Amino acid sequence: MKILLRSSFAILFVLATGTHAATPAADGAQLYGQNCAVCHGDSGHGGVGVPIALAAFLSSVDDSYLRETIRSGRPGRVMPAFTRLSDEEVEAIVHHLRSWKSGDVPRFKPKPVRGNAEHGAALYAQHCAACHGKQGQGGKGTGVTFSRPRDLPVIAPALNNAGFLSAASDAMIKQTLMQGRKGTPMVSFLQQGMSEQDIDDVVSYVRSFETASALAAVASIDDEPAVLTMESPYDLEETVEAVKRAAVGKNFRLIRDQYLEDGLFPPEQQSHKQVMVYFCNFKFLYDALALDPRVGLFLPCRVTVVEHEGKVMVMTINPKRLSHLFNNAELDRACEEMFRVYSDILEEATL
Amino acid sequence: MSWLRRSILALVLSLSAAGAAADDMLMVRARIPFAETMLALQEAISAQGYTLSRVQRVDIGLTEFGFKTDKYRVVFFGKPDEIRRLTETHPELIPYMPLQVAIFAEENETLLATTNPTHLTAAYDDAELTEIFARWANDLQVILEKVRQAE
Repeated sequence: MKILLRSSFAILFVLATGTHAATPAADGAQLYGQNCAVCHGDSGHGGVGVPIALAAFLSSVDDSYLRETIRSGRPGRVMPAFTRLSDEEVEAIVHHLRSWKSGDVPRFKPKPVRGNAEHGAALYAQHCAACHGKQGQGGKGTGVTFSRPRDLPVIAPALNNAGFLSAASDAMIKQTLMQGRKGTPMVSFLQQGMSEQDIDDVVSYVRSFETASALAAVASIDDEPAVLTMESPYDLEETVEAVKRAAVGKNFRLIRDQYLEDGLFPPEQQSHKQVMVYFCNFKFLYDALALDPRVGLFLPCRVTVVEHEGKVMVMTINPKRLSHLFNNAELDRACEEMFRVYSDILEEATL
Repeated sequence: MSWLRRSILALVLSLSAAGAAADDMLMVRARIPFAETMLALQEAISAQGYTLSRVQRVDIGLTEFGFKTDKYRVVFFGKPDEIRRLTETHPELIPYMPLQVAIFAEENETLLATTNPTHLTAAYDDAELTEIFARWANDLQVILEKVRQAE
């Protein structure tokens, strides 16, 4: 059953990503530079993404794990699915990653590990949950994120993630538990006193996350509008002031207001019919950037007041729709909060 | 039961994979420090026919309030006439204008990120806008690639 499940994971991801035409002699280093280096760094030392050049990592994962990770990513954990790379290109990138460490490439048998998942759950709660989360949801934030201070050098992987469960074999998880990963907080649990049977039990428990992962609700952005809009009963100037009051009432600090055309046309030629009001809660901004350093793209907050064909409209981006693009479930939760705040401000400003 | 379980897995995983594609975000790493990268970005924006309208200094605001951060800016830019025309014909697009790129330091290198405008295609379902989103996406990729290769 477990083999079938993992096989279905792999097949489904391949089906979801479509077929790809073969490309001639792919250059792994170049492909890595184009697709991976932005997050993982040129030499794999990490950044927005986790460090992947660690010798202890490369010696504990097989090529299948690397391939599947590139193909499927980690839904909700920033690492996207590289669906447009051909098989040859993925292979070239894997070959490039292997060039960072000499020695034998691990090979794992696909045979499932047999263990007592119930006992594994108790061991997991005692030894693993502190870093990987009670439900295997992993550590907070992204990669090593050099742009701001972090407590740990790396983020603990989400063991309940469908992408991880699809990529990692039982034998690979077992070896990681037995040997640990030098240079990371992941220790050898054999050395911590667990028996091999205990470790098998933990592997079985981790594998049981597959069911929960599969049954988890997947939010769709198709039902989310691209913008949040409300019509104002006031004129443009009154509405701008109402937006400012509403933002301040929600504990935001006003940053500035400006015409949309500011900087695009000389002042005397700028339309005064679109006014952007910027405001910020710096604690919220800081926390959001810690979750995902790219989120500054739609922060500080902005509401635009628009006069068009005799109507005054108040509008803003829908953070829930944008958040989906970042593939970061933690950010999704923050953007739910932003969505509520924006909705409240728009409503209060147009009452 | 096993068939049902696998079917549910199939549905959820196909949706998950579709929602996390690499080209939803356009991102590059520049191998040069922040100040040089900012200059390269501004030059690339101009070379692609866009006008830089503003630079939001996110890091300045954060540090003023006691939060530690490396250099972080958001660069806004657009084609003035195009923006003016679109605000008239498609005012519902206004929250997404001008275009923007986040630029932030990571030690001695610099990262740039923006969302792929084609993500808006389904939301607006408009033939003219579909073309515009595709052109913006192409322009953004050209701009970011120039910055990635900057030395």
